[in-house]
Amino acid sequence: MKLVEAIIKPFKLDEVKDALLEIGVQGMTVTEVKGFGRQKGHKETYRGQEYTIEFVPKVKIEVAVQDGQVPRVLETISRAAKTGSIGDGKIFVRDLSAAVRIRTGETGETAL
Amino acid sequence: MSERHHWVSRGAITGVWVTLWATQAWAGQREGSVDSGDVAWILAASALVVGMIVPGLAFYYGGLVRSKNVISTMVQAFAILCIVSVIWLVCGFTLVFGPDRGGVIGGLDWALLMDVGAAPHPVYAPAVPLEAFMLFQLLFAAFTPALIAGAFAERIKFGAMLLFAALWSVLVYTPIAHWLWGNGWLARIGALDFAGGAVVHISAGFSAVACAMVVGKRRGWRTDYMAPHNLPFILLGAGLLWLGWFGFNGGSARGANATAVGAVTVTHFTAVSAALAWMLAEWKHRGKPTVLGVASGAVAGLATSTAGAGMLGPLAAVVLGIAAGFCSYMAIVWKGKIGYDDTLDVMGTHGVGGMLGMLGVGFFAAHGHPAMQILAVVATGTFSFLGSYAILKLVDGSIGLRVTQEEESTGLDLTQHNERAYS
Repeated sequence: MKLVEAIIKPFKLDEVKDALLEIGVQGMTVTEVKGFGRQKGHKETYRGQEYTIEFVPKVKIEVAVQDGQVPRVLETISRAAKTGSIGDGKIFVRDLSAAVRIRTGETGETAL
Repeated sequence: MSERHHWVSRGAITGVWVTLWATQAWAGQREGSVDSGDVAWILAASALVVGMIVPGLAFYYGGLVRSKNVISTMVQAFAILCIVSVIWLVCGFTLVFGPDRGGVIGGLDWALLMDVGAAPHPVYAPAVPLEAFMLFQLLFAAFTPALIAGAFAERIKFGAMLLFAALWSVLVYTPIAHWLWGNGWLARIGALDFAGGAVVHISAGFSAVACAMVVGKRRGWRTDYMAPHNLPFILLGAGLLWLGWFGFNGGSARGANATAVGAVTVTHFTAVSAALAWMLAEWKHRGKPTVLGVASGAVAGLATSTAGAGMLGPLAAVVLGIAAGFCSYMAIVWKGKIGYDDTLDVMGTHGVGGMLGMLGVGFFAAHGHPAMQILAVVATGTFSFLGSYAILKLVDGSIGLRVTQEEESTGLDLTQHNERAYS
């Protein structure tokens, strides 16, 4: 099992969600986050006082999937979240050691 | 003169009451009768100025501060309106408009508003009860310290703010207002201030500099993120100020007449041209026209319109408005370089606007004398700065001006009032 974490532009959330649902992903967790990569931040000016805002608002999507689904999920997120300009985001994949469906007590891949 | 008069000035009616002042013609003159149109306008104008203070200034300032200091900033305008009103009843009105004592201050004949009633007054209130004039002028006395509060926003103790405003309104506002409006020495030498370019805006601006110096910078100024927390509040407040200013300047004609119409026209054209000038200056300088810039430019223009509103024409208004937008924008850029934290730019918008307006009267108004206007700027600016400085030192030495470091970091809403704007 793997946990796919994608940090994307907020306005791309709906497209990514729909694309993941289409390839059979059953659920996901979404968090509003802030951060920066190569995009860095932006500048704001109030009455001549300039502020550099380093942390840019982003959305983090977490999807737990079976090992075999990973390449397709990565491809789908990349395609749906891509604008081609700087700041499109990143995807991280982690190993997932256990999963439990709380209602039924199922564990492992059947709990996903 | 007639050419200049035709283009830029509306001197005729203004000239009449200026002459009345200068000659103290009211002594022994018979009382006029009350005109219902004038009464209606002065009452409406008073209501407009109430709206300019609360909620106008409250929202304008409230939007400019951080989200932890919103209600503590907004309540300053409310509390100052309350306390100054009581002071005005007790002694403020008579110290400004009571019979002149040596050109410096008014006598106590009208203390507790004795004899201020239904009868008009030949100079101050030719066709309305003197009481209506008293009420209208009260709001000027309240608006001015509420403006100053922008200078020490986000770090002042509530009690210290109240004490400062009370002392300031008696010790600084009443003499200055008397000098220009109560047949004091500046009025007698021919300095003109239609609705408070010096009395309100220069006094507020120079007092704000004293506040910034004595109270000191906010912690984290120019390193922490201190952007205004609510730009829509600022636009709402600036819009209400604009609305209220029609009463502020229009009511200063003291009747429903052509001077009032001229004053409102000048007010509007100064505001629009200043807003455009600030917007264009910032667009050129920084690459973007900002919402805060348009609002700030309008307010700077309104402040600039005040000194000469009833004495100028629309073209002079546009010239002064453009100057106001540029100068005020330069002043706030410059403020950042010299490093004093006049937090909400009281000097940069109101002080600069007041000075431009007073000078504009000298150059564009039919009865204006440039030298006298400059003298009035210097005298009122110096007196307000020194007076405010002394009062601030006094308050600091007695109850302390500034909140603790922890209170400042937590925010004044919670630490001064046990409340939060947004929970």
